[in-house]
Amino acid sequence: MANGNGKVGLKERVSQAADHVRTSQVWSSIFRPGSPFRAGYTDSPRNRSYVIMNNVLYHLHPVKVKRHAVRLSYTLCLGGLSFFLFILLTITGIFLMFYYRPTSPQAYLDIQALATDVAFGQLVRNLHRWGAHLMVLTVFLHMARVFYHGAYKPPREFNWVVGIVLLVLTLLLSFTGYLLPWDQLALWAVTVGSNMGAYAPVIGDQVSFALIGGVQITPDTLLRWYVLHVLFLPFIIVIFMAVHFWRVRKDGGISGPL
Amino acid sequence: MAGLPEHLLRRSAEARAKAEGRDVEEVLAELKGEAPPAPKEPAAGPEPAPAPAAPAAGPGRDLDAESAATGVPVPLLQRAMEGRARREGKPVPAMAGAPASAPAATAPAAAPAAAAAPAAAPAIPDGVTTQRLLTVVKAGAIQQVKSSPQDKVSVWPHLLAIEFVALMVVTAGLIIFSVFVDAPLLEFANFNEQPNPSKAPWYFLGLQELLSYFDPQVAGVIIPTFGMIGLAIIPYVDKNPSVRPSDRKLAIMVFSFFVFASAVLTIYGSFFRGPGFNFSFPWVDGIFFDF
Ligand code: HEM
Repeated sequence: MANGNGKVGLKERVSQAADHVRTSQVWSSIFRPGSPFRAGYTDSPRNRSYVIMNNVLYHLHPVKVKRHAVRLSYTLCLGGLSFFLFILLTITGIFLMFYYRPTSPQAYLDIQALATDVAFGQLVRNLHRWGAHLMVLTVFLHMARVFYHGAYKPPREFNWVVGIVLLVLTLLLSFTGYLLPWDQLALWAVTVGSNMGAYAPVIGDQVSFALIGGVQITPDTLLRWYVLHVLFLPFIIVIFMAVHFWRVRKDGGISGPL
Repeated sequence: MAGLPEHLLRRSAEARAKAEGRDVEEVLAELKGEAPPAPKEPAAGPEPAPAPAAPAAGPGRDLDAESAATGVPVPLLQRAMEGRARREGKPVPAMAGAPASAPAATAPAAAPAAAAAPAAAPAIPDGVTTQRLLTVVKAGAIQQVKSSPQDKVSVWPHLLAIEFVALMVVTAGLIIFSVFVDAPLLEFANFNEQPNPSKAPWYFLGLQELLSYFDPQVAGVIIPTFGMIGLAIIPYVDKNPSVRPSDRKLAIMVFSFFVFASAVLTIYGSFFRGPGFNFSFPWVDGIFFDF
């Protein structure tokens, strides 16, 4: 299209280029039919179904849900937020791993350096810490909302048990992370916390030995909890989350209204 | 085989004839129940279809009329009649020809006089099992569909939009909070200097609070272990199927009691415990608590 003076306007050129990209093979191989980013998308019931069905989100969501399930006041988004916080913690945690060495005294110095030497280091550390506390809270509140809705009743009994495992894993993740700054707060909070485990009848000594790698916390404990915190526990919790989400759908989606 | 369309009969006759190496017409006649049981010499060559055997119509029974009234084909009626006669040990009333209603297709040939009951029935060769078609039941739904259509909405855009907004709100809130409040970092870890008080992370402070009332084995091990097991078995203990709060007063009360108790213990341990883990008012002695 030409404008008044015979030249092709910038606007047209941009939209032509955009059309060109959106009809290219690369683009349409990435965005499957139904995607709003695909050329020629229209808002039709069929496309609304395709958006989910042809998308990785289909692993989490069905195409349609009961009307009451989308009401914010039913789930309060608490399960979803727990999951989202877990993702956020993974992202910020990977960032922190670039600057952290789980040895003494480097651990402490690295955390200090985050505040002074690393761009956005302190902000990311704050996000990771506050996000972690918030996740403990949302997981707990999610459990409470599930209880008050009676959403653990058949056929969802087992998913409640999976949920309890998730709760324990969440607490363990938070607790193992607590030691990593290697300051007075970390050292003594973890000492107090893990001393409780040492009182376990019969196996108390073994429990505390396995957890902290000795009779008291040492720099070895730091390495051990670091591995648990960044690798082992996330790995386990992801598996249980997968089972949890799968069961939510297999048990017939979100439970019915009261 | 009564009532089956001719072409179907013919098709199965052809198949069977081929399988058994016999003549199609012969098999067909047999299928129709018209063939006399007479075995044939293989060399006899193709023969015209044998004359249909005479059916034995009941005395005074108008099978045609009955058939019209009940919808049951005449040959079936006839067979049933013969069967009953046989069971009761009576001779089949061989009054063939008497009722004028004998079907035209089956010529009332000379009555097999004094026929024993089964005489009129088509003979069945050895080794061939036959079945009777008793009746045809009209097709209908066997399963009852119970679920009624549900009120559903598309996940896109309705649910995803809500999730997206929730996600943005939480992210924004968290970022704003993180800009203004820094995570704590105290002095370097020192094994020789225990701060007073030393507190566990906040979610364990309820337990730490219990430590000041109970033996460490009870507060540190037994209560948390049984607490978690107790939580996990809730669905198997609470057998009440209802989800209405008014039906679940006891369950709600018990659960709420534990939630409330843990909240109180946690807050107490967090804010009302000072040096030596002794009671203190946060507004008098300050807060001894770090996140
Ligand atoms: C890491 C922790 C957890 C994550 C990420 C998580 C995630 C979710 C999500 C996304 C849902 C869908 C509905 C909703 O958002 O409410 C859900 C449902 C459910 N969760 Fe969790 N959950 C976690 C922990 C728990 C815990 C601690 C429990 C209970 C002890 C639990 C029990 C259930 C049950 C029974 C359902 C089905 C609820 C219904 O059908 O209404 N989950 N969870």
